[in-house]
Amino acid sequence: MKIGVITFPGTLDDVDAARAARAVGAEAVSLWHADDDLRGVDAVVVPGGFSYGDYLRAGAIARFAPVMQSVVDAARGGMPVLGICNGFQILCEAGLLPGVMLRNVGLHFVCKDQWLRVENTETAWTTRFDTGADILIPVKNIDGRYTASAETVRELEAEGRVVFRYVDGNPNGSINDIAGICSANRRVVGLMPHPEHAIDALTGPSDDGLGVFYSVLDATRSLVTA
Amino acid sequence: MARVVVDVIPKPEILDPQGQAIVKALPRLGFTGVKDVRQGKHFELEVDDEVDDATLAKIAESFLSNPVIEDYVVRRVES
Amino acid sequence: MTEIDTVEKAATDPERPQPYAELGLKDDEYAHIREILGRRPTEAELAMYSVMWSEHCSYKSSKVHWKHWKANTTPEMQAKMLAGVGENAGVVDIGDGWAVSFKVESHNHPSYVEPYQGAATGVGGIVRDIIAMGARPLAVMDPLRFGAADHPDTKRVLPGVVAGIGGYGNCLGLPNIGGEVVFDPSYQGNPLVNAMCIGAMRTEDLHVAKASGVGNKVILFGARTGLDGIGGVSVLASETFSDDEDAASRKKLPSVQVGDPFTEKVLIECCMELFAQRLVVGIQDLGGAGLSCATSELASAGDGGMHVELDKVPLRAGGMTPAEILSSESQERMCAVVRPEDVEAFMAVCKKWDVLATEIGEVTDTGRLVITWHGETVVDVPPRTVAHEGPEYHRPIARPADQDELQADDPANLPRPSTPEELRETLLQLISSPNLASKEWVTSQYDRYVRGNTVLAQPSDGGMIRIDEETGRGVAASTDCNGRYVKLDPYVGTQLALAEAYRNVATTGATPLAVTNCLNFGSPEDPGVMWQFEQAVKGLAEGCRELGIPVTGGNVSFYNQTGSTAILPTPVVGVLGVIDDVRRRIPTGIGAEAGETLILLGETRDEFGGSEWAHVVHGHLGGRPPQVDLAREKLLAEILVAGSRDGLLSAAHDLSEGGLAQALVETVLIGQTGARIILDEDQDPFVQLFSESAGRVLVAVPRTEELRFTEMCTARGLPWRRTGVVDPESGELEIQDVATFPLEELRQAWEGTLPALFD
Repeated sequence: MKIGVITFPGTLDDVDAARAARAVGAEAVSLWHADDDLRGVDAVVVPGGFSYGDYLRAGAIARFAPVMQSVVDAARGGMPVLGICNGFQILCEAGLLPGVMLRNVGLHFVCKDQWLRVENTETAWTTRFDTGADILIPVKNIDGRYTASAETVRELEAEGRVVFRYVDGNPNGSINDIAGICSANRRVVGLMPHPEHAIDALTGPSDDGLGVFYSVLDATRSLVTA
Repeated sequence: MARVVVDVIPKPEILDPQGQAIVKALPRLGFTGVKDVRQGKHFELEVDDEVDDATLAKIAESFLSNPVIEDYVVRRVES
Repeated sequence: MTEIDTVEKAATDPERPQPYAELGLKDDEYAHIREILGRRPTEAELAMYSVMWSEHCSYKSSKVHWKHWKANTTPEMQAKMLAGVGENAGVVDIGDGWAVSFKVESHNHPSYVEPYQGAATGVGGIVRDIIAMGARPLAVMDPLRFGAADHPDTKRVLPGVVAGIGGYGNCLGLPNIGGEVVFDPSYQGNPLVNAMCIGAMRTEDLHVAKASGVGNKVILFGARTGLDGIGGVSVLASETFSDDEDAASRKKLPSVQVGDPFTEKVLIECCMELFAQRLVVGIQDLGGAGLSCATSELASAGDGGMHVELDKVPLRAGGMTPAEILSSESQERMCAVVRPEDVEAFMAVCKKWDVLATEIGEVTDTGRLVITWHGETVVDVPPRTVAHEGPEYHRPIARPADQDELQADDPANLPRPSTPEELRETLLQLISSPNLASKEWVTSQYDRYVRGNTVLAQPSDGGMIRIDEETGRGVAASTDCNGRYVKLDPYVGTQLALAEAYRNVATTGATPLAVTNCLNFGSPEDPGVMWQFEQAVKGLAEGCRELGIPVTGGNVSFYNQTGSTAILPTPVVGVLGVIDDVRRRIPTGIGAEAGETLILLGETRDEFGGSEWAHVVHGHLGGRPPQVDLAREKLLAEILVAGSRDGLLSAAHDLSEGGLAQALVETVLIGQTGARIILDEDQDPFVQLFSESAGRVLVAVPRTEELRFTEMCTARGLPWRRTGVVDPESGELEIQDVATFPLEELRQAWEGTLPALFD
């Protein structure tokens, strides 16, 4: 099982995502933004950071990188893709997920331990959780306020595509407390909080984030056997 | 009521990292020939008629921009 | 049109008047330059000497006091140091083949002019210092000081500084693991923005800033060079530009630099790859004095000669003169010395990271730094005279006349709370005062998780990061200073800063190893300030000797004053410690284990000079600071480290400003667990709760380990007192016979202050 982790100029949490992949027994494979080769990976993580400094708009420049075209094609073919924070923003800019992230309501960068409710346990990245489980995961961003047209939000809610929701306080003013969503086929998930920072209580607030990475092991296994 | 537009842009001698990132990305996307990009802020203000130009300039200079690193332009677009 | 001043021209019009005074050079300094060169300097040379001989770059007022570092460093202390005072940053051996580099630097004045960019570029600068040692930057910390919390200008400066540190550091991917936020009116017109960076490397990868190997190439890489921060040399513009308009526009240039953290992040990764491929012989960051500093320091420390073709430097602005290019403080630039056969590989790495790199010169054996501009020589100097042999001043030193009066003004005469109601009110008043209130409003704007190695961060006493994922080896660090203590007694006050930083590191379970500092003072031309400075340096140097940990470097910032009044003398001391396995760290919050006993280590005396209580309740500053006992601090640290190693401690928190009351409140709130406290019947409750006696730590010990731990303390002669028990069920802090506080009440008082002031 190989999980690819993309590095753009300005990516920061690639080392963390790779560590999380290794923590669940997967092989972490580095993918370089300028290279369109996905190197035979079974799933892809688009990690957090400030690709291209988040200049212009978060994710606006990174979506045009050669590797992203390959990711978009692979995702359409059913490969599990996870966008974390800046990665979520990139997936939105690339059209794999609907909506966009605006500046936090408080206008500040916010780094805190955040409770999330797992709303959908049928995505490629959430099968190991119990529906309705509350997990403690760090959130850290300045452009984290998820927004989309009223119609899109209605659609996401109706189709059960809100995967994670903020509970016990909304850190950035996201519409409907949305912390993460998925694609219609439930293979692509994007979220603002950082499960890769919650894989060990020594360095994070919990190890609740491991469930995300264990889930994708199942998802790719089932893909192989299907 | 009047509509006033204030554009704030980094002074020419000040580094504009955002503009630099965009100008470097353009050729990668196949757009050639763009020599420089500077990124600023655009404000649209609805103001009462009695707000005069001097006040607008003061708003732009003391609040909307930091005159140490930014220039501004104030335009009345309709009144 | 511009006319460039060359060495040749300098020979033809030797008596041309030069604006050296406007550039900050004294008559005798200018005369000395003429003597060194045997002619008048060119404009470019004048620009170089003036900036390199400035207080900021040459340490001309402080250098004579550095003898104290040397005199107090024993061979055993020296042995731990791989690089020390005088290098870009100190480097210490932490074991297992790892070396750690750390340093603090000030960016005070720029942060007052433009808080966001001033603070941001402060972070950028210190990070490049660490890279220049060959280390990967791993964490930052920011000791900050502002004017009165409720002053309107603080509302401009503080949010800007915090956003700048966050905006730059977060974008670089460096966790922010600690620091300080202190308010005092003396910093009103002169905030202190100090930045510390910690980095690590394998010991064999240590790099030093020197240009050795004749024929090796000098490569400038990173951002382009623009008209940033050349305000200082703008007076030269009127000489160069015949066109008045050009000259006038140069004079209006802001002396503010804009940071580009994205470029710096890419530069870090690029440098790491260059180091890994061993393509760098010597490296230097471009900081305060830009290319003037980098070229002269590299040449001075190397084989003695360098030839630079200045016209090759990639520019961001048109029409820049050699003097301007040499003085530019454009950020995110580095200068490397590379073997000719490695240049191609070097360039390939830079290309991969899309980093602009340009060969601008080479190392020579001429003993001269020669800089040419389109073939004409504009600089020809012995590099040591620029970089390392600048002026040294023995500034007059005098103990201020009012020092005795200040020390005589004992806080013992101030009215004290005595009834339970008064004590209760005092506690709530203190924990909600700006200096003691929660700093979460600030620290939540910093990323503390990135890279996944942060083991402890704010609000812990010290920050801790894991260096080696296999073994768990890591480092802890803390920065501290109480300017009021230093004002009352600069020698003792500085030792108290050292003692607190040392204690904070030990409180995490790490063994203190080495020291850095950032000495923020008023004007060196004031003999009273120089007395404070000298006392502080002596106090720190002698204190370090007693603790057996070396000073590895530091930074001096003079001329910090609000109007004509100097700031509180603020020698910020940073201590770095090492821990074999970060899994044995001691957390700050209680409640990790069911059934813990709270034990207070150390002695509590009636000490309120410079205390937070005197400051907040009475607006009083006078008397003597608390006693300092470094032998006791050492013993305390040994006990804490032993407690961590043997798993005897489930939490620990240092006592400092605000005393036991503050430590208790933080311990219960961070741990989200109640506690019941029993004070000593034989001592005044007010003194027990609010005294700021040094050398004290509150520890939580699991019941099963209590006897073992207290027997160790008794055997080693460390005073201890059973102070209370953790009570997970109660949801309150009960101080028996004084008051009971629901945690929620404490939380509102402690956490509400900064948001109310700055949101």
